[in-house]
Amino acid sequence: MKRSRLPAVITCGVILFLFAPLGVLVVNSFNASRFGGEWEGFTWNWYEKLWAAGEVWDSLWITLKIAVSASLAAMLLGTLAAYALHRFRSWLQDVHHMLITLPLVMPDILMGMSLLALFVLTGVETGLLTIWIAHVTFCLSFVTMVVLGRLQDFDFTLLDAARDLGATQAKAVRKVLLPLLLPGVLAGGLLAFTLSIDDYVITFFVSGPGTTTLPLRVASMMKTSRSLPVINALSTLLIASTFLFAALSSRLQRRA
Amino acid sequence: MSTRLRPARQWLITLPSLAWLGVFFVIPAFLVILTAFRPADLQGGVGPGWTLTTLKEVQDPAYLPILWRTFWLSGATTLICLALALPVAFQMARSGQRMRQVLLLLVVIPFLSNFLIRIFAWKSLLHPEGPLTKLLIALHLIPENAVLLNHAGTVLLVLVYTQLPFAILPLYAAAEKFDFGLLDAARDLGAGPLSAFSKVFVPGVRRGILSAAVMVFVCCLGQYVIPQMVGGTGDEMLGSKIAQRVFSDRNLPHASALAGGLMLAVLLPMLVVVLWQQFGRKEAE
Repeated sequence: MKRSRLPAVITCGVILFLFAPLGVLVVNSFNASRFGGEWEGFTWNWYEKLWAAGEVWDSLWITLKIAVSASLAAMLLGTLAAYALHRFRSWLQDVHHMLITLPLVMPDILMGMSLLALFVLTGVETGLLTIWIAHVTFCLSFVTMVVLGRLQDFDFTLLDAARDLGATQAKAVRKVLLPLLLPGVLAGGLLAFTLSIDDYVITFFVSGPGTTTLPLRVASMMKTSRSLPVINALSTLLIASTFLFAALSSRLQRRA
Repeated sequence: MSTRLRPARQWLITLPSLAWLGVFFVIPAFLVILTAFRPADLQGGVGPGWTLTTLKEVQDPAYLPILWRTFWLSGATTLICLALALPVAFQMARSGQRMRQVLLLLVVIPFLSNFLIRIFAWKSLLHPEGPLTKLLIALHLIPENAVLLNHAGTVLLVLVYTQLPFAILPLYAAAEKFDFGLLDAARDLGAGPLSAFSKVFVPGVRRGILSAAVMVFVCCLGQYVIPQMVGGTGDEMLGSKIAQRVFSDRNLPHASALAGGLMLAVLLPMLVVVLWQQFGRKEAE
């Protein structure tokens, strides 16, 4: 029987729709024209301008510090959470599961708003620490979900085998479970890292003076038309790194 | 196996994430609702005592058109995303292993790319000097002086663009578990491709449709960056007002009252989904 071509056509259309705007950004980052309406010749000019924009690199440094530390914390908390959710069946885990899922569907603005309310009411000054807390909070659920997916494939009789062969519970976890779980934990960490680097809305609510992360910097650059082509160049670099991370992460998740 | 592990151990393993989310997710959510009953102070903080004035202020009829716009834009975005994501999920699930991975990666990459950059991309694409405007004018599809930016339609377009992966991923997860033999059976029994799709496939992935719809709808309800960047002054959504109250007016209680209302609007549909899923799990057992 002949299959309809329509789903394939729509899929191609959707993927084109998803990538066309990004493609235009990439092309325009090499376009001498300021607004990119027409091709006015190849240039590295915008990349040179980006290289010279010191404040962008300062922001990148702040962003990386937050992303690395927040994803490490989220990896630790998320892996424990996933283990608990997978191993135990109880009312506690039902509550736990609900708490882990809710942030995934909470609109960013509400998460930003509620954390801001917390920090204002408790008198905590907004800054690096508050951004870090916010990032750990929204990354935690994502890491948990990725690790949980990995745990569902894990053969727990391997732990029993290790115990039968004389390993203590702690040793079995360390020598058998953790190495097999590691790719999942790393994939979760990578996801957390990308989410942290990209976050604008929540960060905007809980940032303070001197903590302009990269997305906050991009937002303020968008307000001045002089820096628009420089954003194209920056976007191209960011899109390229997203490609790299996504490919790496899917590699990690696939390898058994 | 879990009987061998003592209850104390369960608490020990559960406590870190539970405590973290309790302190930084649950308590803040309640604080937002509490803040709505506190007076504002001029420094953008919260004054002493309790008051109901904010709640009265929020009942301003000027909010009604914004509320209505927030709901119709979110609803329309949800419908368009579902209409586009269903055939994509169908196609992905029917593809071979390798093609599936590629398609999945292609959907995930825009989703992981910076949110601001994706909006910026549309902004420069639709700019009066931008490539799309020039192309459409050259093809005589739009008049010379047409402005593509700053309409409610632009907001809708970019909302669909940013939310589409949120619709595709849960639908794909559901379609992956769908038994495509049923589809072939329907075709063998004389159903056309379209009616097999709508009468067999669509009901078969209804749970995926529900989670995709809620995911997209809820995310749209809280948007403010998109209307701010590609919309006109008359295209504000509820989120725009919340952000305005926090950052321009520095009136935290007023923002909290709006956010509290939004939070309730978000939690109710989610509760429906959770109950539906639990019902489904019992049904499956």
